Amino acid sequence: MPWFLRSKENISETQQKEMPDGLWTKCPSCSEMIFKKELEENYFCCIKCNYHYRIGTKEYVDIILDSNTFNETNTNILSSDPLNFVDSKPYKDRLKVTYDSLGINEALTTGTGKINGEMVSFASMNFSFIGGSMGSVVGEKFYRAAKLAMDKKYPLIVITSSGGARMQEAAYSLMQMAKTSAVLSELAESGGIYITILTDPTTGGVTASYGMLGDIILAEPGALIGFAGPRVIEQTIKRKLPPGFQRAEFLLEKGFVDLIVPRNELKSTLTKVIKWFKS
Amino acid sequence: MATKTYLDFEKPIIELENKITELKSMSDVVDISEEIKELEKKIDELRLDIYKNLTRWQRVQIARHPERPQTLDYIENIFEDFIELHGDRYYRDDPAIVGGIALFNKQSIVVIGHQKGRNTKSNLYRNFGMANPEGYRKAHRLMLLAEKFKKPVITFLDTPGAFPGLEAEEHGQAEAIAKNLLLMSGLRVPIIVVIIGEGASGGAIGIGIGDRILMLENAWYSVISPESCSSILWRSWDFKEQAAEALQLTAFDLKKQGIIDEIVPEPIGGAHKNHTEMFKIMKEILTKELQKLINTNPEKLVRKRREKFYKMGVWSEK
Repeated sequence: MPWFLRSKENISETQQKEMPDGLWTKCPSCSEMIFKKELEENYFCCIKCNYHYRIGTKEYVDIILDSNTFNETNTNILSSDPLNFVDSKPYKDRLKVTYDSLGINEALTTGTGKINGEMVSFASMNFSFIGGSMGSVVGEKFYRAAKLAMDKKYPLIVITSSGGARMQEAAYSLMQMAKTSAVLSELAESGGIYITILTDPTTGGVTASYGMLGDIILAEPGALIGFAGPRVIEQTIKRKLPPGFQRAEFLLEKGFVDLIVPRNELKSTLTKVIKWFKS
Repeated sequence: MATKTYLDFEKPIIELENKITELKSMSDVVDISEEIKELEKKIDELRLDIYKNLTRWQRVQIARHPERPQTLDYIENIFEDFIELHGDRYYRDDPAIVGGIALFNKQSIVVIGHQKGRNTKSNLYRNFGMANPEGYRKAHRLMLLAEKFKKPVITFLDTPGAFPGLEAEEHGQAEAIAKNLLLMSGLRVPIIVVIIGEGASGGAIGIGIGDRILMLENAWYSVISPESCSSILWRSWDFKEQAAEALQLTAFDLKKQGIIDEIVPEPIGGAHKNHTEMFKIMKEILTKELQKLINTNPEKLVRKRREKFYKMGVWSEK
């Protein structure tokens, strides 16, 4: 497309950060030109500055689970539009456009799989699906993944990335904070282990419920993790936030995550934790 | 009770009230008691009419009325022997959440609630009812106290949201709220939650899981305030009325959605119009609700509470 026809949306920040088509990609952090194949082999991390690209469930399944062991569950649970919510466009249309363009059915994908031979209940969020927002479907799928972990005595592994609650489901989405926390309290009583991996970005209602409730809380380097978004905080306190604020390293320093784990070490770290739990 | 703050839709009432005052000042000269009576009747009818047909945004405005009864007012007027317990035992006391021990109809209880101010000075002290992590951690330890001594918990929700500040993040706002959700989901004593004013988002639900969820007729409860919703989804602050409609955030909406159990009626003209009547209604309802729960065994209580929240949400399954 010639530059003079290009609309403003096409060069927005979010699109820059997603995986572009073509053979080469420019690192959003250090501007290094990276051969796409090389990036894939490097766990979607910049070979120069180790910037962790935002990736979705499909990529995490490849990185964390043993090959061909993932079985997706709850694929038939879909968002309806209980409030007939219309803002600048109807929620129904928003959902349809998202389904059609992404081929993903919700902001949370659930399933089972193996990590170095050990069965786990696995759930992973998709930030590209309406900002990884938590509505009724995310809550219900999370609930079922936790129940499955309880019934089968599998470790529950959850990868988070979310902008918070899904506004278009209003109070229903708020209640998912309660629903997911309630099932985790049941899982905790049953003695099951729950491990969260916080990735960029994890904010709002997801952080303030199942994100922060892991027995073990891991985070990817540089991930933005918080309750309020940085822009909201800046508007409230009327000054700029210090560099690195709400990043994984900051949370580690303040005592809110157990460990920062680079993507290429996620699987080996999870393996050790599961081994410790089972031995 | 004479109100000092008027909402814009109450204007016709105020105009009539002013007229009466005017007439009364002339009543030394001529007898106009009949006219005054007539006007007073008209005011009552008008108020009934206005308050019967409130829009969602108007209810949001009532929920924020500065003269509306607040947590400490309810505590003072329906409980006895209240002792406020301060601090989270880690860092500091957060005045935006108050809590303590009290007697309710001779039953020992633990009470916790968001606390707003009434004027600039008290609002600054209370941070407008926006709690920091320390507030949620104070609530956490008070709930553990209740569980230890087998006393029921009553919480009052009234917050424009958890405070989105720098220190709040540094001290783990998300962790503090999440820990409360986890604790309340499994607490082995009855919990009654009452949304008395504003119930905004995670800051509200952070003390909002219970066996019975009650909500005042003119309170609101949702995932976001109409203003913030407008600014995010419409990219402008001007669509708050539409946002309030879209969010369906009133007690009547939430009862339909199965999110609250009971609507607590307010005196005509709103809770701020008649505090005494409001306290009476609240006391009656809390008495009735607590009686239902007080003898339930803890296992059953917790199981039913969790099941109640498991049911929340709407999805399709093909």
